[in-house]
Amino acid sequence: MLAYIVRRIVSTLPVVAIVAVVVFLLLHLSPGDPAAVIAGDGAGIEEVARIRSELGLDQPLYEQFIRWVVRVVQGDLGASIFSKIPVTELIAQRIEPTLSLTVFTLFLSVSLGVAFGLVAAATAGSLLDHALIFVAIAGFSAPIFVIGYILVLVFAIDLDWLPVQGYVALADGFVPFLRHLVLPSVTLSLAYLALISRITRASVLEAVAQDYVRTAYAKGMGEARVFTGHVLRNAAVPITTIVGIGVALLISGVVVTESVFNIPGIGRLVVDAISRRDYPVIQGVTLVFAGVCVLINLLVDLACGLFDPRIRL
Amino acid sequence: MRFNRRMSIGLLLLGGLALAAIMAPFLVGDPFAISPANRLRPPSALYPFGTDNFGRSVLSRTVYGGRISLIVGGAVAAISVVLGFAIGLPAGYFRRIDNVVMRVMDGIMAIPSVLLAIAVVTLTGSGVGTVIAALAVPEVPRVVRLVRSLVLMIRELPFVEAAVASGSSSFKVLWLHVLPHTVAPVIVQVTYVAGSTILTEAALSFLGIGTPATIPTWGNMIANARNFFSLAPWLIIFPGIAVSIAVLAVNLFGDGLRDLLDPRLARRVR
Repeated sequence: MLAYIVRRIVSTLPVVAIVAVVVFLLLHLSPGDPAAVIAGDGAGIEEVARIRSELGLDQPLYEQFIRWVVRVVQGDLGASIFSKIPVTELIAQRIEPTLSLTVFTLFLSVSLGVAFGLVAAATAGSLLDHALIFVAIAGFSAPIFVIGYILVLVFAIDLDWLPVQGYVALADGFVPFLRHLVLPSVTLSLAYLALISRITRASVLEAVAQDYVRTAYAKGMGEARVFTGHVLRNAAVPITTIVGIGVALLISGVVVTESVFNIPGIGRLVVDAISRRDYPVIQGVTLVFAGVCVLINLLVDLACGLFDPRIRL
Repeated sequence: MRFNRRMSIGLLLLGGLALAAIMAPFLVGDPFAISPANRLRPPSALYPFGTDNFGRSVLSRTVYGGRISLIVGGAVAAISVVLGFAIGLPAGYFRRIDNVVMRVMDGIMAIPSVLLAIAVVTLTGSGVGTVIAALAVPEVPRVVRLVRSLVLMIRELPFVEAAVASGSSSFKVLWLHVLPHTVAPVIVQVTYVAGSTILTEAALSFLGIGTPATIPTWGNMIANARNFFSLAPWLIIFPGIAVSIAVLAVNLFGDGLRDLLDPRLARRVR
């Protein structure tokens, strides 16, 4: 296992490097003068020159890249053009709502997704199964913000059960914290839940049909042990993999969901930065989120190695 | 070719939406016509989908809004097929470049698509072309990965060996013997690309980036309605249904196509 862990970590390093290069090059491959675009239409020549030197665009490309990498490695993502506050500080201020939202969403979609998938697999071909498949396809087709507004309309405005929008910090009380998180998390989890339940259904059905499951039954193993030891363990690999693949989807969804529900998280930080053309903020958040994606996919690979020893070879 | 049910439903819905978008000027009224006397009117005979806060017909705007979604979805699908083959075929066939190319693809795929699009649009300014480019970047690696994995499998087959042994150039082997066997699964994958692109485009329009605000899109219609949606839910419901139907149609078509092309997989996944 240790050799597998080391090998996986080493093979992640080039991906991290590529992410850094891509995020860096975005600024430089864009047609036209990014400094002029960021400065906006009304800006004078001095303003454009100031932004150009602030972004380091007036230096040779390789030099800019080396400086940028050295700074990023030291934990310096630059500062907002608008407020001059370091990007890392801005992210730190906003991390609690985003982390709460994603953790709660992950919990909802993995637990419910696996449960729905198992029910659909157990009743394969029945009316319930078809209904679950339909809900899964529909959940994957509707945009997050439409689902969000419809949930708000029904549960917050018509029924008045939950708050319409906003965020309450955990420190200000657990119940209001949870009440404000329910609608955004359900909204964000639907697409992810659909993905996970579909994969769960498919991989459980596939595992059940394998010869080793028949062998296990034939040698007198109980239903429960066959299920946990043979079916679920083999279905766990594709399910875990899709959880990893879905993380990028989830992060894109966070940006939209925070906008719909007016949650002051990292997603809102980016959206607010768009209208101010605050590029360092956008670049910093993109880099951090991409890093999170790479990290989670590394953990997913390690988990798969844990479930299925053949993967470790 | 025998069509199955999912594919027919998908194709029918998609055809209907495309036809409506193309024929929009003959089907519905002016999407820009303001009628201050008829602001925020619920659906009626005159305005079947109601009116927005400027008194504009939601039906007209929804029909016209489909144009951007379908253009962007179609263009990104086309770009990802072309680049997917152009990068994936050599990556799978020539071992030397495989590792490098695939690590680059992994790196691009690690960046969440909405954030990548936000970064690109912030740097280059808004416009439909920018949106297409920004959305194609994260989708291309998905096609490249599929093409490459298919090529890895196909290049070991006897007919490829025979072609190589008979002295065909690498280009000829790839073009005549490998490519044709990768087309079917790639078409299926590309329908999913189109579906996810339509969703991401709607999200970008909703966030107010990309397509200029003067052009009606399903996403910016919903964004404009956010302050009135408790008074006038039809402002969100109709464009919302339109996006969902478009994505559903593309996904049903893809599912049906997959079942048709690979019955073995169909029985397994469904």
